Amino acid sequence: MTTRFDFVEGKNTAWCPGCGNMMLLAILKGALEELNLDPTRVVISSGIGQAAKMPQYLKLNYFNGLHGRALPVATAIKAVNPELTVIAEGGDGDMYGEGGNHFLHTIRRNPDIAHIVHNNMVYGLTKGQASPTSQRGFITPVQVYGVASEPFNPLTTAISIGATFVARAFVGNQEQTRELIKAAICHKGYALVDIFDPCVSFNKINTFKWYKENTYVIDTSYDPSDKAAALKKGAEEVPYPLGIIYRQAEHKPTFEEQLAVYEKNPSPLYWRQRSSELLNKLMLPSD
Amino acid sequence: MFNEQISIVLSGEAGQGLDTIESLIIILLKKSGFNAFLSREFMSRIRGGNNTSEIRVSSAEVHAFVDKIDILIMLSPQGADRLEKRLTPATIIIGANVSVPAKYAEMGCRVIPLDLEEKLTVLGGSIYANIIVTGILASLLACDNASAQELIRSRFKAKGEELVNKNLVALQQGVDISRELAIPISIQRDAKAAAKTALSGTEAIGIGAIAGGCNFIASYPMSPGTGVLAYLAKQSREHGIIVEQAEDEIAAINMMLGAWYAGARAMVTTSGGGFALMTEGMSLAGCVESPAVIHLAQRPGPATGLPTRTEQGDLNLVLYAGQGDFPRVIYAPGKFNDAITLTQKAFDVADQLQIPVIILTDQYFLDSIGMTDQIDFSKAATVNNFIETSTDYQRYAMTSSGVSPRGIPGYGKGLVCADSDEHSENGRITEDFAMRVAMVDKRMRKLDGYKDIEPELIGNKDYSTLIIGWGSTYGAICEALKLLNRDDIAFAFFQQVYPIPSSAVKMLEQAQKRIVIENNATGQFGKLLEMETLVKVHQKILKYNGMPFSVEELVERILGGLSS
Repeated sequence: MTTRFDFVEGKNTAWCPGCGNMMLLAILKGALEELNLDPTRVVISSGIGQAAKMPQYLKLNYFNGLHGRALPVATAIKAVNPELTVIAEGGDGDMYGEGGNHFLHTIRRNPDIAHIVHNNMVYGLTKGQASPTSQRGFITPVQVYGVASEPFNPLTTAISIGATFVARAFVGNQEQTRELIKAAICHKGYALVDIFDPCVSFNKINTFKWYKENTYVIDTSYDPSDKAAALKKGAEEVPYPLGIIYRQAEHKPTFEEQLAVYEKNPSPLYWRQRSSELLNKLMLPSD
Repeated sequence: MFNEQISIVLSGEAGQGLDTIESLIIILLKKSGFNAFLSREFMSRIRGGNNTSEIRVSSAEVHAFVDKIDILIMLSPQGADRLEKRLTPATIIIGANVSVPAKYAEMGCRVIPLDLEEKLTVLGGSIYANIIVTGILASLLACDNASAQELIRSRFKAKGEELVNKNLVALQQGVDISRELAIPISIQRDAKAAAKTALSGTEAIGIGAIAGGCNFIASYPMSPGTGVLAYLAKQSREHGIIVEQAEDEIAAINMMLGAWYAGARAMVTTSGGGFALMTEGMSLAGCVESPAVIHLAQRPGPATGLPTRTEQGDLNLVLYAGQGDFPRVIYAPGKFNDAITLTQKAFDVADQLQIPVIILTDQYFLDSIGMTDQIDFSKAATVNNFIETSTDYQRYAMTSSGVSPRGIPGYGKGLVCADSDEHSENGRITEDFAMRVAMVDKRMRKLDGYKDIEPELIGNKDYSTLIIGWGSTYGAICEALKLLNRDDIAFAFFQQVYPIPSSAVKMLEQAQKRIVIENNATGQFGKLLEMETLVKVHQKILKYNGMPFSVEELVERILGGLSS
């Protein structure tokens, strides 16, 4: 399928043959295309890592910044120009490790952005160390006795601190993943899609086959607006549930909606000029 | 008799409300047509301890801290040992018997007991003590009584008529007390002073930011830089500024860069420790070629250091912060007017050259209040330097100036691709060696088009000794030189500390003796000058105990330097 987001020169990616990111690239293009978005009005803010290279191979605006820092950048972009569709994208180490603090506080702020996290339970670009989502006992060149820390659960964390859209996908389920990304982009507010995306080079345990065998698609009887049930669902492991884990029924005001700069004037900041008249008033005595 | 100038020090504990007296008296002095300068020093605590404010009133312009105390008003016995060193037999001390140590009278000071207990009981509490003291000061300094009453009315209006009236009574009681004191003060008024604005260094930076079109600030609170965040928050509705308290300084600087990317004019304010966390973001600005405005309010380090004190110890930090080579500009204002214009300029330079610009201030500068000339901002409009993109837009297009036209996402038909990896003209990641070299050269070329703010030379042009200073030491050095009254000494003041302005070499070379004055332990700027100009600095006058230089101390140390 060709899309308006195809970046022709970007065919030669930095990813390993068979990498899940290849599938995700196609899925993401499909989602953006189906939403009929204009590439000049979409921005991806990404960090550093193999997952964070995603926008390099897409035809859209991007800010490929620092490791761990995609969320503050995305938050500011959306705040300054709410007319843009803003996506923050990166891997599990990028978003939950280096950027862990931003993950927590971005959810609290609730900017209207989609947060796409490629979760392969390992560090790829730095060649195979543990990630925050690596399972206990996972042996790496650094964790030579196996990972001793508890794996980080982004889903229950996000739900518990107020995220209004939390989903889990597996890149092998292309159609569902595409629909979840679309739903996250359309959701008004912060929306997390944690995507199982196997690393073919550095994770020989959590392989494509492993994910396929250890996940299941949530059935239609599940009510994602029930927060207590969502916390339970999000905590499930082996098999891991796939689908919308939590979606708050009522709208929660977004970061941008609460900014005073848009109270009377909806236009993005770049259209505005400072007022000399108001400025001159600042030089007058306050009393 | 005090004709030319007077130095009054208020001493109290944190939480006693010295700032109420300060804010009222400075406005009154201005309204009454006096030149005045107020500086503050305080301990890092919420209650107790000892804080002092020094109010200087002068017939001429005044912008510096002096050790000398003409009148000391003691609201608490705390800090008596520290103050003792600054007293002379000519010092007049006003305070309750419980606040003033007996030995002050033994030193020959005139001690005037101030017993407010009874008055405060009648008025309804110790909260009125500040207004009584304000009344004493206002009357001693011959401020307009009508202005004082008007100020009290407007300040307490929101709290109801009863409180307004009680405070008016308190003010009058202060006036009555001062009349009995028989302290002869008759400072000349200055016709120009009434037309000025009384503002703090913090407010000056904030006004400069708004003048530069600032409409986004993200920061994490850290003394003494937080005041600018609070000032912009206070102005945010009126001036359309997005203000966000970030979860940490790393988030703050990344938000700033995201904001510029999407078309805002953004800044951060912090102190040395916070800026240390922003270092990688600083480098990111260099690579993605983003404008960035960073206000760094210095305090003594290393680490937590002295959180509420002053120092000029972070020049090296901002000079070298960030991995890799990329251009930057650093300003350090010495006057409040300069703080406004330099901060405004920081936004314009950052925007035009797509580089980080740093404004270095310090606690002493930010917390001081002085008289500033009004500025008419309608004369210098702020212009956004971005373009409407076309379909073939390339964010890092090669240009002779090194500056590529800056597009912003959503404005035009092009794509804006910013990359922290080394990149091609279109912003896509590359490992092509030739492209790498071309991009480094392009980035470094951007400063070629920058026009320096040359150092200001104060004093005789035929100097043989040159004093060198930067930032907040400006006022004290100027006043010290005036007192020294020597035509062989001049003062080169640098408000652009990096790059070293082009006229510096000639200015330095003319002198046989070069003395750098810095509020730090190693003479960071002196070393930078030597490195960049290959001209030797002969002496360093340094101070790093957490306090600013006083005028007297500089006179003494400059004289000492000249004779050695």
